[in-house]
Amino acid sequence: MEISVTINGRAHTHDVEPRTLLVHYIRDSVGLTGTNIGCDTSSCGACTIHVNGESVKSCTMFAVQADGEDLLTIEGLADGDTLHPMQESFRQCHALQCGYCTPGMVMAAVSFLEENPNPTDREVRLGLEGNLCRCTGYHNIVKAVLHCAAGGEQ
Amino acid sequence: MIPAAFDYVRAGSAEEAVAALAAHGDEAKLLAGGHSLIPLMRFRLARPAVLVDIGRLADLAYIREDGDHVAIGALTRHRAVETSELVAARAGLLGEVTSHVGDPQVRHRGTLGGAVAHGDPASDIPSALLALGATLVAIGPGGTRQIPVDDFFCGFLETALAEDEMLTEVRIPAADGATWGFEKFNRRAQDWAIVGVSAVRRAGGDVGVGLVNMHSTPVRAAAVESAVASGASAAEAAEVAAEGCEPSEDLNASVEYRQHLARVLTRRALEAAGL
Repeated sequence: MEISVTINGRAHTHDVEPRTLLVHYIRDSVGLTGTNIGCDTSSCGACTIHVNGESVKSCTMFAVQADGEDLLTIEGLADGDTLHPMQESFRQCHALQCGYCTPGMVMAAVSFLEENPNPTDREVRLGLEGNLCRCTGYHNIVKAVLHCAAGGEQ
Repeated sequence: MIPAAFDYVRAGSAEEAVAALAAHGDEAKLLAGGHSLIPLMRFRLARPAVLVDIGRLADLAYIREDGDHVAIGALTRHRAVETSELVAARAGLLGEVTSHVGDPQVRHRGTLGGAVAHGDPASDIPSALLALGATLVAIGPGGTRQIPVDDFFCGFLETALAEDEMLTEVRIPAADGATWGFEKFNRRAQDWAIVGVSAVRRAGGDVGVGLVNMHSTPVRAAAVESAVASGASAAEAAEVAAEGCEPSEDLNASVEYRQHLARVLTRRALEAAGL
């Protein structure tokens, strides 16, 4: 089936099998490999992208369901060489160790702050409930999100 | 894992969806948000030959007042229920319970109707619908019908919906001024409940209690409700919480442990509901 999606502002049209998961479409057909596949069971959140501005696990959606929708992946977050404030906060707060969960963590965090711009520490933890960091580096991830919410000041 | 191949049908209306179900019989499944179905398909625990995508039926995504009910379209996403002021004011328990479903990403995509029609005994939302005495509206080839929630859950992942029927609306008797409690016990964030309890106390004093993962279906704690109606305290009523339930045993909990959890969590939920 032919689908057309906008990813990071660019239009793409591809013929896909209905059973193609969105994350496989993004990685294999479009060639954007920043979105990682972690658990493949809707648990870990490594594959989190935005669909129409909201965080979604792209392993739990068929590509055909995204037909006509507006997608944002980690590659579309920065403005050229200028990191998105959330990326910058992750960098400043050392919010990554191995980095595998990071694209999904950042995408989930951006969506979360749009819904809750001034969260408490606990709200950040609940808001990132759908993302696992197997380095268990949660402390600095939460710090980075709060840092970003506070405008990125030191 | 990649799901088994299937034919994809995109429905343009509820009538089209029902016609597609009628044409394909038990080979077909409805796809709404997909957050119950797609994981099952990836494990190949479900292998429908045809998926009928109803995810674009925007006219079934709504939350509105309908007389003395709150009417919620089956395709309303969890996030919309969770953040609805109308739900908060008139069916607050449902908003609270919905905010515990999965995680934010799941709640952005998953739908109320999908969660209910899936009929999972470990799902949080049916417990709230049981406690609140909801009515479910379904459309089939012969038109629409209303199903009381007490008649809806028939077996493990089985509901009263016929093969060619589709859930269109969840109707909740307005519970203005009600107080409620929801207790979900799990070991890790975002896990399913090992046991969960929804309790609501309506302004008139009537109490409804629904249990999560205590039986092969979502189940009402009828014995607790009767005990409360006869004047029992929260602690006394909670003692009969597991009565009539046949919980399963798994890695997380033995039958006895689940029964114990049901009693403890029911007491807490009743106390939170102001009993």
